[in-house]
Amino acid sequence: MSIVGDSMDSTTQAARMGLGARFGGLIRMRETGLILIIAVLFGVMSFASPYFLTWDNMRAMAMAFAVEGIVVVGMTILLISGGIDLSVGSVTALAMVVAGLLFLNGMDPWLASLVAIAACAAIGAFMGFFVTRVGLHHFIVSLAVMVIARGLCLLGTGGRPLGLYTLPPEFKFIGQGAVGGIPVVIIIFIVFVILSDFMLRRTTMFRKVFYTGSNEKAAAYSGIRTRKVVFLTTTLCSTLCGFAGVIYMARFGSAQPTFGAGMELNVIAAAVIGGASLTGGIGTILGAILGTVLLSVVSSSLALLDVSVYWQDIIRGSILLTAVTADYYFNKRRG
Amino acid sequence: METPVLLKISGLSKSFGPVRALRDVGFELRAGEIHAIAGENGAGKSTLMKVIDGILAPDSGDIQVDGRSVSIPSPLAAQKLGIGFVHQEIALCPDISVAENIFMSLTNASKALLMNYRDLEKRATAILARLGNIDPAATVRNLSISQQQLVEIAKALTLDCRILIFDEPTAALTEREAQKLFEIIHQLAGEGIGIIYISHRMAEIFDNCDRVTVLRDGRYITTLEIAETTPEQVVASMVGRVIDSLYPEKLRDDERSEDILLEIAGLCEATAFRDISFQLRKGEILGIGGLIGAGRSEIVKGICRLEGEVTGDVILRGKRLSLTHYGDSIAAGIVYLSEDRKGDGLFLDMSIAANISALAVDRIATRSGLINERREKQRAEAIGKQLSLKCGHVGQPVSTLSGGNQQKVAIAKMLSVDPKVIFLDEPTRGVDVGAKAEIHRILRRLARDGVGIVVISSELPELIGICDRVLIVREGRITGEVAGAEMTEENIMVLASLADEGRQRSAA
Repeated sequence: MSIVGDSMDSTTQAARMGLGARFGGLIRMRETGLILIIAVLFGVMSFASPYFLTWDNMRAMAMAFAVEGIVVVGMTILLISGGIDLSVGSVTALAMVVAGLLFLNGMDPWLASLVAIAACAAIGAFMGFFVTRVGLHHFIVSLAVMVIARGLCLLGTGGRPLGLYTLPPEFKFIGQGAVGGIPVVIIIFIVFVILSDFMLRRTTMFRKVFYTGSNEKAAAYSGIRTRKVVFLTTTLCSTLCGFAGVIYMARFGSAQPTFGAGMELNVIAAAVIGGASLTGGIGTILGAILGTVLLSVVSSSLALLDVSVYWQDIIRGSILLTAVTADYYFNKRRG
Repeated sequence: METPVLLKISGLSKSFGPVRALRDVGFELRAGEIHAIAGENGAGKSTLMKVIDGILAPDSGDIQVDGRSVSIPSPLAAQKLGIGFVHQEIALCPDISVAENIFMSLTNASKALLMNYRDLEKRATAILARLGNIDPAATVRNLSISQQQLVEIAKALTLDCRILIFDEPTAALTEREAQKLFEIIHQLAGEGIGIIYISHRMAEIFDNCDRVTVLRDGRYITTLEIAETTPEQVVASMVGRVIDSLYPEKLRDDERSEDILLEIAGLCEATAFRDISFQLRKGEILGIGGLIGAGRSEIVKGICRLEGEVTGDVILRGKRLSLTHYGDSIAAGIVYLSEDRKGDGLFLDMSIAANISALAVDRIATRSGLINERREKQRAEAIGKQLSLKCGHVGQPVSTLSGGNQQKVAIAKMLSVDPKVIFLDEPTRGVDVGAKAEIHRILRRLARDGVGIVVISSELPELIGICDRVLIVREGRITGEVAGAEMTEENIMVLASLADEGRQRSAA
């Protein structure tokens, strides 16, 4: 398929237009597909389990993915710019530990949270430096940082969870409170997702992220400072981990040094199921969030159906593989 | 007494969809001859070679090897028939030894469990002895480009080949290395191997080949004995019409202006070039000629601050610019069209509109930094129309377009910022003849409208055809300038390769 004639052009083009081009806000195939799958799962599960379609279960499911969803957004943007971050789980835990330790040492919890988020941003900048200035690969830099950050968590706490019983109620409110019956966590999540989806689609700043990920050289040849772009997306992802960590701390009322192990896989899987490309240049926030929702609905369903936890991992992995295979197949057909 | 015919092709046709790449092509290769294939880009040379090498299957036609009709379904089948192909790009594994590279396909086919390195090296030594002094145990990465090319040739020779195809082998070589390569090619021909030699360089063909077959627009035109023809005649049959008509009208004397649009003064770079000074006048198309590797692209990228540690002055309309990054250059109105459209010119999986706005996203955004998709689309459509871009919809990905239309998108990208000067590096590479003429006309129109146009091209006819004046670069310096009647292939070649005697017999 190296040479594409005119007849080929018109068919691909027709297919593209039918599936929704980038203009006009038409329905995009990936997102539509995910919504359909999620809807089917909902339908099946509401028959299979009387508990599934209850307010409590819905709320529990949403709580499960809301905070992680913030990290998914950071990861998606990083993936679009052509990077990847394996350290998200440890960095999220580190945010909890830093904020928790500072609080236990008498710092105001809000200030402690701010410092923790700043620390995470610094870790992101540290990785960004190694990637853009030293020239190492994201994968290996973030692998190292994943281990280092986890080590710092264990070092700071001696491996034991920090009980933060004295957290003031107004701080715990972000993690545990509700407004009009809707948990604050979910409100934060929804506002954040809508905002970031809009920014990614509409701002010139994030358009440069797409250019950089799509073809870094061509982006540089368009006058875009690609190293700066990659540095910033790397830093942003870690910063968002910091936010997530602080919210988790407010929710649990504790800081757990082992929290978030394996989170990176879940987060990357969600983004990829949502259509983000590991080679950069492609991805949407809506898709990634739908990917997160799908994984969460599957976990919840399996739990309700009394399927062993071990099976859950196997099924999650299979979903990921199916999504990526489908992606590859479609990409190959596009030529 | 006739020398035996090794390869005979008749009535060969191959289409890609509606594009007819080869139509009823014939070709004949005798043992021991060096047979050049000449033709412009898109003439069908590489398609023909891919058919011979079994990479592409022909739609119809007959291929005979040693007088027997054969079908060549794969490169492996081609190897078994004794056909070797030395590709333009070097495709060796850089981290393993020369011997291992040479015997890669043999190792692949071998049933032995363990590698016998001593035997490999011994056999590699025997083959390399024919080609020159290369250590079979050396790691490929440590070899020079020309040595790597010899390893490629050695690889082809292991397969007992009797037909050897060279696809522009001198593109990456220095003059001296090229000379060495020709000695080896002559030696191989002397052993009775039939050599098919593809090149754009008339001088090379006339110095080294026995016959030349010309293709044009996928058709067989003629086969000529080198001894009985002239470069002019070959070029004329390649182009098929008087060269002047292929290119747009040049600047008339009364249109010439003395206004200097851009002046470059004393531009230097650490290693790539030094002391580059020239002026670009209003309305003219300025060409930059020279051999590949002479530093042409480096100079232009240096001016735009795309690469290199550059010192020197860039003066646009009398104003000295201070540039540190390509972004500054774009803002000042100086843009660069890359020679490698797919590698670093375009975002293939993104839409036409997004590609066109890449150079200055701000122009399609509101003051608060939000992209206005309607404006993006309208701008893309307007510029597309100006260049008569053929596409269904500016929302479709660039990868669905033909080469010529992709190149138009790349040019549209430049035009989106209303540039004052455009540097175009090989603006028609890989573009078919029709789109090529169209791009030339566009460049002329832009120049008339007052945009400064500077063109780098390795195709001398193109350079001569569209430029009003040509600067020649050799080893990172400007070695001459030709204009008007002095603009001939010979003059340019002499200036481009002055230091190397011997190779330019026809030019001298």
